[in-house]
Amino acid sequence: MTNSDKGLHKLTYREAVREAIREAMHKDERVFLMGEDVGRYGGCFAVSKGLLEEFGSERIRDTPLSESGFVGAGIGAALGGMRPIVEVMTVNFSLLAADQILNTAAVYLYMSGGQFNVPLVIRMATGGGRQLAAQHSRSLEGWYAHIPGIKVVCPATLEDARGMLWTALQDPDPVLIFENAGLYNMEGTVTATAGPVDIDRARVCRAGKDITIISYSASLHKSIEAAAILAKEGIEAEVIDLRSLRPLDEQTFLNSVAASHRALIVDEGCRSGSIAAEIAARIMENVFYELDAPVARLCSVEVPMPYAGHLEQAVLPQVDQIVNLVRKMVGADG
Amino acid sequence: MAEFCMPSLGSDMQAGTLIEWRVQQGDRVRRRDVIAVVETDKAAIEIEVYEDGVIESLLVEPGEKVAVGTAMAVIGTESAVKEQAMPAISAPGMHRGKVSPYARTLAAARGVDLNMVIGTGPEGAICAADIEQAAPAEPAKPAEQPGEVAEPTQRAAMRRAIASAMARSKREIPHYYLQTRIDMHRTLQWLASENAQRPIKERILPVVPLIRAVALALGEVPELNGYWLDDHHRISEAMHIGFVIALRQGGLMAPAILHADALGLDELMTALRDLIQRARSGGLRSTEMTDATVTITSLGDLGVETVYGIIYPPQVALVGFGKIIEQPWAEDGMLGIRPVLTATLAADHRATDGHRGAQFLDALNRYLQEPEKL
Repeated sequence: MTNSDKGLHKLTYREAVREAIREAMHKDERVFLMGEDVGRYGGCFAVSKGLLEEFGSERIRDTPLSESGFVGAGIGAALGGMRPIVEVMTVNFSLLAADQILNTAAVYLYMSGGQFNVPLVIRMATGGGRQLAAQHSRSLEGWYAHIPGIKVVCPATLEDARGMLWTALQDPDPVLIFENAGLYNMEGTVTATAGPVDIDRARVCRAGKDITIISYSASLHKSIEAAAILAKEGIEAEVIDLRSLRPLDEQTFLNSVAASHRALIVDEGCRSGSIAAEIAARIMENVFYELDAPVARLCSVEVPMPYAGHLEQAVLPQVDQIVNLVRKMVGADG
Repeated sequence: MAEFCMPSLGSDMQAGTLIEWRVQQGDRVRRRDVIAVVETDKAAIEIEVYEDGVIESLLVEPGEKVAVGTAMAVIGTESAVKEQAMPAISAPGMHRGKVSPYARTLAAARGVDLNMVIGTGPEGAICAADIEQAAPAEPAKPAEQPGEVAEPTQRAAMRRAIASAMARSKREIPHYYLQTRIDMHRTLQWLASENAQRPIKERILPVVPLIRAVALALGEVPELNGYWLDDHHRISEAMHIGFVIALRQGGLMAPAILHADALGLDELMTALRDLIQRARSGGLRSTEMTDATVTITSLGDLGVETVYGIIYPPQVALVGFGKIIEQPWAEDGMLGIRPVLTATLAADHRATDGHRGAQFLDALNRYLQEPEKL
């Protein structure tokens, strides 16, 4: 029996995002995509390849290199009744639009006394590991998660890449979707009927009783790989995909930590002031007396992202580091 | 700064429940002040503080049950600066090593003394696995038979405490037993005439001269007064005589008459009356629960003739008294009827031999033949 017989079809993360955009465009004529090079070039990461031909330049709009300008335009369109998907090339560049995102989109509903909500979706690439150096490799989703008024989601799986966009478009308020650029080539299968998924709950990807590894985005896959190695040594790690950083579904990881008594957070962001720090604090606040070891964090080394491949890998969290940390935490490091 | 920790009020105590604080934050306390009341498996005990200082913070709320060694309050000591320079001195029952919060929770729930656990976690921390090792979770209890009445928790807890101490005693202590019959007519006659001159409230019970005689006899055989600890016999200079008191609701306690050797009959009577009253109403002090150096058990009121006692570890001797019974008694070729007491000694053969034990019973008998000197 082949995959297609079972209603499964093979695709990449990139294709899953593209399918999600196409579906949204077909389902709702208010939806359109705009950003730098999303049209003629097919998107900097080739996500929107072919969409210009399919939907035309009215709905697939190339913008000038002005993040503040086109994110602001997206806010205006959303206020005007449209359902824009704004693509920002990388999270580094989103800082040029930070004022629009944080000081306008996030607060407009509040500052207008509840009169105007901003149903805007902003997609952006995040993360390092592709030798794009300090210009393109930041992981600032944890930063955005600090801000009330927006939602911050991080699809790590094909199902989420495929299913989060529609739900985000249905949300009355701004939703930021962070796509780790290292995941675009990830291949897998989803069912032909894969549809919208929630964007506010964490998910237990792998059950285990000895430790809880809390992660999201690209780090999730490293955590899952580490868990498989640890399983061979008899260490059963539970792996949690946060999926959403704001809202943060703390109940899922608190329940897990309360049962496993150990927690490791793997986060590609820098450690200081990170979402990992927030999670560690919530564990302390809620299940301190269940802890059998100090909460541990594995984050990126706090330096500007190096260009050299080996240095870049040294900065990012790695599978062997997760394995070693867990061994130490469960007292299995000999 | 010092931590005030849940004291161990006996070798069998694993946890205690704070009933009340007698102090507030900011209060100045002096060594031996009672600052808290703690409910153990046996009774409510008044807990004394070991430092002079000021209560900086109270860490445990009334109603909380915490394991022995858990910090309950922080006391700022006068010589805080000086103390910080010196290595901290651990009070008994205090654990200063690394312990994971979950391990502490488990230890408290299972009554594990953290001082007895070796940590195998990161940096030698005690973690849950170490507690599991020390005290595995109890297997699920079979469903209760219908009609079976569950034992009240408090009584069950006391039963467990007694079980733990007595099992340890029989497991570890090679007891030897000696028994002698003592003619009590001189003591009782002297006591009767003495009491006749006293108002009822000041009368002395027959057990008081017995305690006094034990104290004096122990003065001659001090090896029986002390502990067997860490493979060593430690003779105690102070003499704190534990006296077994049966509780009305069942169970027993053996609080100590502190410095019993320094007390005359009247003082002993006062001390004993006070001790019994407080044992039954709650309000024993922590030192009374922990510091006994030898124990007396008297079951005479119940008609028992001979007591074969079990030593309360880590003590090394227990003196048992039965009922004083009129019996035929031959002395100087004459047969008479005398009130006779059977006294027994249960002693730890690691600490003493039967010879010394015999000398103790002989001395005891001798003192009871000269009651006016008691």
